[in-house]
Amino acid sequence: MPTPMLDHLWIIPLLPLLGATTNGLFGKNWPNKVVNGVALNATGFSFLAALEAVREFIYVRNQELFRKEFFDWIVIPNLVSGGNLFRAGFDLQMDQLTVVMVLVVTGVGFLIHIYSTGYMAHEGGYYRFFSYLNLFMFFMLILVLAANYVLLFVGWEGVGLSSYLLIGFYFLKKSASDAGKKAFIVNRIGDFGFMLGMFLLFKTFGTLDFTQLFAKAEPWSHEGWGQFGTFTVACLLLFMGACGKSAQLPLYVWLPDAMEGPTPVSALIHAATMVTAGVYVVARSHILFTHSEIAMVVVAIVGCATAFFAATIGLVQTDIKRVLAYSTVSQLGYMFLGCGVGAFGAGIFHLMTHAFFKALLFLAAGSVIHAMGGEQNMLHMGGLSKKIKVTYWTMLIATLAIAGFPPLAGFFSKDSILYAAFIREPGGHPLYIVGLLTALLTSFYMFRLIFLTFHGQQRYDEHHVHVHESPWSMLGPLAILAVLSIIGGWMAAPSFWGGEDHFASFLTPVFGVAHEAEGAMSEAAAHKLELSLAFVAVVAALIGLLTAFWLYLKQPGKPAEIAKSLKPIYTSLYNKYYVDELYGAAIVKPLLAISTNVLWKVIDVEAIDGTVNGIAHGATATGDVARRTQSGNTRSYAVWVVIGALAVLVIIFWPAIRALAGGAQ
Amino acid sequence: MVPTNYYLVLSAILFGLGTVAFVFKRNIITIFMSIELMLNAVNLAFVAFSQAFGKVHGQVFVLFVIVVAAAEAAVGLGIIILIQRNRQSLNVEKVNLLKL
Amino acid sequence: MSPALLIFFVLAGLAVLAALSLVVQRHPIHSALSLIVVMVCLAGLYLLIGAEFVAAVQIIVYGGAIMVLFVFVIMLLNVGEEERTDFSKLAKFAGLPLALALTASIAAAVVKPDLGAAGVARAAIPNATAQISSMLFKEFVYPFELTSFLILVAIMGALVLAQREKK
Repeated sequence: MPTPMLDHLWIIPLLPLLGATTNGLFGKNWPNKVVNGVALNATGFSFLAALEAVREFIYVRNQELFRKEFFDWIVIPNLVSGGNLFRAGFDLQMDQLTVVMVLVVTGVGFLIHIYSTGYMAHEGGYYRFFSYLNLFMFFMLILVLAANYVLLFVGWEGVGLSSYLLIGFYFLKKSASDAGKKAFIVNRIGDFGFMLGMFLLFKTFGTLDFTQLFAKAEPWSHEGWGQFGTFTVACLLLFMGACGKSAQLPLYVWLPDAMEGPTPVSALIHAATMVTAGVYVVARSHILFTHSEIAMVVVAIVGCATAFFAATIGLVQTDIKRVLAYSTVSQLGYMFLGCGVGAFGAGIFHLMTHAFFKALLFLAAGSVIHAMGGEQNMLHMGGLSKKIKVTYWTMLIATLAIAGFPPLAGFFSKDSILYAAFIREPGGHPLYIVGLLTALLTSFYMFRLIFLTFHGQQRYDEHHVHVHESPWSMLGPLAILAVLSIIGGWMAAPSFWGGEDHFASFLTPVFGVAHEAEGAMSEAAAHKLELSLAFVAVVAALIGLLTAFWLYLKQPGKPAEIAKSLKPIYTSLYNKYYVDELYGAAIVKPLLAISTNVLWKVIDVEAIDGTVNGIAHGATATGDVARRTQSGNTRSYAVWVVIGALAVLVIIFWPAIRALAGGAQ
Repeated sequence: MVPTNYYLVLSAILFGLGTVAFVFKRNIITIFMSIELMLNAVNLAFVAFSQAFGKVHGQVFVLFVIVVAAAEAAVGLGIIILIQRNRQSLNVEKVNLLKL
Repeated sequence: MSPALLIFFVLAGLAVLAALSLVVQRHPIHSALSLIVVMVCLAGLYLLIGAEFVAAVQIIVYGGAIMVLFVFVIMLLNVGEEERTDFSKLAKFAGLPLALALTASIAAAVVKPDLGAAGVARAAIPNATAQISSMLFKEFVYPFELTSFLILVAIMGALVLAQREKK
């Protein structure tokens, strides 16, 4: 059966790459329309190609794993016994997990590209923005389509690079370029762990190709609690990389600063796609993770803790994008929680729905900022709901989704995760409780955002700010994403009335059947438990909403009072628990001190410069000595002639001289 | 018959004496004469080998050496005369304009 | 001791003594005369070997022309006794050992040479002169012509060098 698109799977990442190079090399003098044309066509056709590939995968191949090697990249031949010691090739694969990821990346990416044409219309460096954006798409697609860890790592690093370029897009602003550097450096720390993990996997299994590696790893024995075997170490190292890329504790610090970049960047990279790469890697490596009890527990606890931690910080932030940034960190924590308790499918489900509503939230926030002429502080907004209606309604839909109200998308995905956490043996209950609390906080701060921004008193000066709705290039994607936020979870809905969770069953060939713990209970009891937990979650979300309503609409002065009375707590939350300052003092400052005093003053100046200067000095000194042969004194020259002649003669007559000397002895 | 080795050793001794004079004498003309002595020593070796191998090539070569030595002596003595004119001395250590 | 060997030792000893005299004497004219003695001794040795033509050329050209030239120059330049200057440290300390080392290495090389079948002491080469002349005009004609050219160049060079400067 022919699968032309799958056979040429490389088209999907290639198109954005072409767009990036074209815009990058030639776009400087092109009008915006042309740049748009290149970038949107590249992404749009990539999306269509992805759709076609998915269609072929599902209908032509009947969801059979597709993997194709396109060319060899790194090959180390085995000179002893033939074959290859190591091969990392440009191999792409398509399975159900890839289907989800590639559609999310290309689809949401395309929508955000459209949005950017409106948002960035008056910005300088227009061509550069789209070039970087396309470049990002290229690397992200490589990441999700890769069939081995090495190629995945290429995409991994590449998205880090694009993120750096895009965060520091307004590079003339120091805070922006600093944020870009911070993101790259913190990512790097994670990447270090990721690479070590890859090396360990290669050493243990001899291959980094997914299919081969997982097949080899499958039969190995499970490492229980307290056993620090290969799987545990490798998975913890990979997870370290995931923490860096997906902004979990302790490597989350770059994400809030990354809001310095333009809003579409925040939407695409720091909400929908790049930050989900860590979750993707954990999900892809689920066979490795499930072999290690410790790794799973670590993932779950880190995810849960991050979710709660970030939610608390988000409670008191005043910059609209910062709130959303911490919300992203928090939701990513949920995804890792889902993976950590074994519900990888649930984690991916939440990844997908989160992509929809978080991208929508960011884009809508961008629309608000655009409407307010650049104002990002919520305390200076208010009463916008009547003025920017489309933005308001789409943002409200997204907020309902993230808070977890049925029947929107967030409800189904968050509920799957919380259910999986609850039924996990042992220790699932604490995770569930913290997760539930986080859900309450999420609902609270998101509705706080809505109420502060769109409702209540108008806290800005009408004469300075002309509130206007955004153009349709920006509103169109908002509308589409709003629809997706509503219907995005419906494929899992049937499980509520006894039917099948279609999303989970779609991913079953990849992850196996989830919820092994269910085996202990009967089908009906499990169903009842799920429904009651869902009900509790909705109640929590409702409490959050009502609290926000009461505090920010009914009694607007109350929040300031509470902040004053709980001053220490409030200040530490507002200052993000002083984590950045802590890192600065504990890590950055000593490093700078070492760099200056040791690496620079000692090693560079004294050792290296000393050596180079020393060589020059040595040459001069040698010259000083050697010049004495040229004394200008003829008799000395005569002696040198004799010395030379003697040397030549000795060399020529050496055997005879030696024979003579030997004979004489 | 005299073994060839004897001629060769004599040649070596003469050559060595020529070298000693070359290094130690200060008068340019004497140095030049020591060079002639060295050439003669070499000529002796050539002729000795010519007899040892039974071919006249050595002797022919000696002829050429003598001719070249003659030419060299002519030009060399011309130079020595010039040095005497310019430096008013035939002491080779006075010929030291290249000294720093 | 065969007569040949005796003559050899006499001539050789005389040559070495004359060479020593060349080294030791202070006045260049004495060195020149010593050198003439050396050349005459060598001519005798050539005769002993059986190379008559070379011996004759040695006396005529070397002794009769080159050394005469030396003596004339010494006379013309009014060369006096040698000064005793001492500027070269290298020559002072390293000169003698090096020269001796040179002599020794050459001697060591030639003391026991393995000349093989060709090394058997033979009688003089018969008809050496005729062979030499035929060689000169057959195998060595090119170097022969070149040396004549060389002499021409040397004459011109000597003439140019010895010119008085035009006032």
